[in-house]
Amino acid sequence: TPSMQLTPLINYFTDTQGLFLKALTGWESWDLRIKTKNEEEVKQLQFLESLEHLELDFWINPSAPALPVDVRIPAVSVQSVKAFLESQGIEYSILIEDLQDVLDMEKQDMAESAQRERSTSFDFGSYHTLDDIYAELDHLASEYSFVEKIQIGESYEKRPLYALKFSTGGSGRPAIWLDAGIHSREWVTQASALWIANQIASGYGTDSSNTSLLDKMDLFLLPVANPDGFVYTHTSNRMWRKTRSKNPGSVCYGVDPNRNWDAGFGGPGASNKPCSDSYHGPSANSEVEVKSVADFIKNHGNFKAFLTLHSYSQLLMYPYGYKCTRPDDYAELESLGRAAANAIKSVYGTTFQVGPICTTIYQASGGSIDWAYDNGIKYSFAFELRDTGRYGFLLPANQIVPTATETWMGLKKIMEHVLKKQH
Amino acid sequence: DIKDVGHKYYLELELEDVLDKDSTVNCTAEVLYHLGNKNIAPDVQFTLEGELKSTEEADHVFYTRIRSLEKELVAENIPDSHGHVPPELEPLHLLAWVASGYLVWQNSTENTQLQLAQIKHVKQVKRSDEYLQFDYVVLLHEMVSQEIIPWEMTVLWHPRDGVQVTWNSRQPGHTSG
Repeated sequence: TPSMQLTPLINYFTDTQGLFLKALTGWESWDLRIKTKNEEEVKQLQFLESLEHLELDFWINPSAPALPVDVRIPAVSVQSVKAFLESQGIEYSILIEDLQDVLDMEKQDMAESAQRERSTSFDFGSYHTLDDIYAELDHLASEYSFVEKIQIGESYEKRPLYALKFSTGGSGRPAIWLDAGIHSREWVTQASALWIANQIASGYGTDSSNTSLLDKMDLFLLPVANPDGFVYTHTSNRMWRKTRSKNPGSVCYGVDPNRNWDAGFGGPGASNKPCSDSYHGPSANSEVEVKSVADFIKNHGNFKAFLTLHSYSQLLMYPYGYKCTRPDDYAELESLGRAAANAIKSVYGTTFQVGPICTTIYQASGGSIDWAYDNGIKYSFAFELRDTGRYGFLLPANQIVPTATETWMGLKKIMEHVLKKQH
Repeated sequence: DIKDVGHKYYLELELEDVLDKDSTVNCTAEVLYHLGNKNIAPDVQFTLEGELKSTEEADHVFYTRIRSLEKELVAENIPDSHGHVPPELEPLHLLAWVASGYLVWQNSTENTQLQLAQIKHVKQVKRSDEYLQFDYVVLLHEMVSQEIIPWEMTVLWHPRDGVQVTWNSRQPGHTSG
């Protein structure tokens, strides 16, 4: 192929086995953008323009070197024009004439690429379906002897609530709770949870922090706390937040699972309307997804930390949300929160704001960390991960691993502190 | 707190170029939220301390590209579910972001925090004058209520005149069914 300078617009296509070149041959005319560097080149273009037999259509006439020149060239003249420009050393690029066709081609190509068999190892840098996530939990459990997949309960639509239990021994050791995806549209959280699970598992024995933690404490990780909502974001509505329970007497489905906990339930910061995205539900723990976790934690009886992942806003928060008064442990939680935020920042410079829910984001009743705190779990934190609104819930997949990496540094800081306080 | 008028906020901001994180400009602003009538947009006065980068060349490229399309451009779900925006649609994404800034301004109170969540649908409408026209359906995310609000808007753009939102209409709720 002749040496062509392609615009970034079409570089993508030349990488896909000449798909681009195949598509071009069917077109009747080519549009070139010509960038002249000096007066001499402008003169050459003016000469070209004068050759009527080429039937060139200059939309912008060559006049000054600074301004690019766009010209439509009938297919039959293309070779001659290109040869001429190249012989004169004049730079040009090809504008795509029919953008819609390009987009259609790209969509098709991406679909084909997604279908191609991946290597057997799980790609932590992309978004997955519930089935694929659950398969990876099985894989981690089978690969590491101290990792076990357990079922916490069942969702409204009867999907299992699977968590990973990390335990190197003992019986009823003090434990740490970590969940993600309670709000289903916050996709970076479920994705980060998987990466973190892998990090914890693979780090035991080599990472001193992981190892000292798991030698004394257990960890429970629920990567998809709202599986019905999560499936719904894949099949029907990417922006779905709530559970998928039916609300009697209403056309609207679902309850906000983070307004449904028994902590200031029904108070300010939650809606009593079923169609609202912050509907608290008919009563505390009405949602089986919430009740299952609350019961599990109460029955276990020895949780020392309750950590939950949300997106977006880049916030690190502790209680309370249902009231705007400070918790008793305010000083320690604030200090630990700041240390964790600094740890996050040390990775890529991502800044997290720290504070109680009520004053940091908004007053919100029935939230999980308030419930955990009021039930004796001092170290209760809620994270709002990347970003701050540019992509929001639709965080590009290439940010999953950086997000998970920095978040893990913050979580580790908290866990190390919790461990230190265990004697 | 201005008696019988409303609440005024004095802000010192640093503006960061979305496309170039090292490029920043300081800005001071005054925002007045009016008492009572929630249908009046807040008053905004601002002063830029410095200059914004010129986008003349990129504007020209985009303008010419769109003007030269045979078929009117149509696209949906920008970004897509995985946060991906095809590079050639990034200008349309940025344009929607600026235009939805107008919607946000016109519909903000002290108790709302609106953001553009996604472009559901965009359709170019060819015009006989020099302007580019795009009819958008966007989703706005309201942080406090957590609602997703569909909104239609007609956006006009020209390199010389910038962005105008000539028509907009809030659509009934997002499918809570």
